[in-house]
Amino acid sequence: MRKNTESSIRISQRKSVIEHIGNSTLQFLKDIYSICQITGETAILLYKAVKTPKKIRWRESLYYMDSCGADAVPIVSTLCFIMGLIIGIQSALQLRKYGGDIFVADAVAYSIIKELAPFMVAIICTGRAGSAFAAEIGTMKVSEEIDAIYTMGLEPGRFLIVPKVLALVFVMPLLTMIGNLAGLLGGLSVAIIQLQMSFSAYYNRTFSILLPRHFAEGITKSIIFAFIISIIGCWKGLDSGNDAQGVGRAATSAVVTSIFLIVIADFAITMLVNVWF
Amino acid sequence: MYGSKMNDSQTIIEVKNLKAGYNGIEVLKDINFSVYKGEIFVIIGCSGSGKSTLLKHMIGLYSPISGDILIKGESIVNARDEEKKRIMRNFGVLYQSGALFNSYTIGENVALPLEEFTEFSANEIANIVKEKLSLVGLEGCERLMPYECSGGMKKRAGLARAMALNPEILFFDEPSAGLDPIMSAKLDRLILNIRAELNTTMVIVTHELDSIYAIADRVMMIGGEEKTVIAVGKPFELRESQNKTVREFFTRDGLISKIH
Repeated sequence: MRKNTESSIRISQRKSVIEHIGNSTLQFLKDIYSICQITGETAILLYKAVKTPKKIRWRESLYYMDSCGADAVPIVSTLCFIMGLIIGIQSALQLRKYGGDIFVADAVAYSIIKELAPFMVAIICTGRAGSAFAAEIGTMKVSEEIDAIYTMGLEPGRFLIVPKVLALVFVMPLLTMIGNLAGLLGGLSVAIIQLQMSFSAYYNRTFSILLPRHFAEGITKSIIFAFIISIIGCWKGLDSGNDAQGVGRAATSAVVTSIFLIVIADFAITMLVNVWF
Repeated sequence: MYGSKMNDSQTIIEVKNLKAGYNGIEVLKDINFSVYKGEIFVIIGCSGSGKSTLLKHMIGLYSPISGDILIKGESIVNARDEEKKRIMRNFGVLYQSGALFNSYTIGENVALPLEEFTEFSANEIANIVKEKLSLVGLEGCERLMPYECSGGMKKRAGLARAMALNPEILFFDEPSAGLDPIMSAKLDRLILNIRAELNTTMVIVTHELDSIYAIADRVMMIGGEEKTVIAVGKPFELRESQNKTVREFFTRDGLISKIH
């Protein structure tokens, strides 16, 4: 094994820096192409699924809704509650100087509803669902299950991708709503305990500044993040190597790529909703 | 072409001038042979000779560099997606590991092709599943999960699933791999019984000599420096072949001669 490592190091050292940059750029462009391809194929599959709902693998979808949704409620609630506490404490520290205690409610509400709840839910689901999807499909690839689906005359996408996409698109907005509530409760806790604010004052302030479009922004983000996480997870699984190392790399890569694209998407949606329109 | 002396109307699989490879490297070239209806056709070769590669081309998983593969007269190489899926329903495949879906029971695995491609009711499907599992010696095992099964059971369940739609052709990729000699012999007997009952054509990739002698009607050896078909014939004919590579394969490089 040591000989192989040494010889592979010698081989890699022979490539110049420019070659490495070139290879990485080509690989990046190939990845962009693959993402566009699988997104397009998934869109076609979802269209077919909507046209013939009987052909949807509901059993698999319900399973993923349970494992990615119901099982994630405790961690989503806890982390979003803590986020609410953090935002409340940090904003209270500054606003107190100017006698603006009541605006803690604004800071918590806008941050949680528009940004942090959907983002935290996406990060949690990336780690739980995205990596699991990649590992599951990668393992199926190793054990020739995907070949078996194909040679039975079935569409691998309908079996493997559609149930996962439908499950996440359904549960992530629900988890975001739970995250919203938990985050607001976190802020409320800070307001009551640290700022000696009354429940009614905090409640009235929060719901006087929040508009339906703020909730819509957060839920829209969660739906888009759901598509990103499920499609990237499935893509990485289908693209994984035919060994245990390959499956592991696919799971890791699914998380990293998803987080990267989630942040990009978050920025794009924020700009679209708040700056350009 | 090997096998072209037989009546063409009996030909069920035809491979013509197949050239196959990966990343610009040729693995197989000038592969030409026919498989006849109802026969058990075994593909052999040394490790790395391209047996599984050839099988995967025949079942439509890979596209060749050039050449054609005809299944019941229809080209699987040039077929569009929907046509390809239709052609694939003419055959079943038993993969080396069984390739059962781990989230389904054995019964659900066998039922899957029936649910997708037939109009049978749930009761009718259940009866067919029972019949197929009984054929492979797994009666009463419908509710078992794949992880609860032994290697031999998984293979037999995979075979039951491959036969679910009563295909005319069955492909086997190293069916005896990982099985003990007794289980391997049972699987050989099962293959012969299925052929006797259903007259199914079978293409089997293996390098188990005992199985080859037990079940093969004809054997084709591929590989060598030319990466092509080296010999085709009955097992005992190939054992006496003038070709040194073929003879060594069957006599295990003279080891059997020394033992006997």
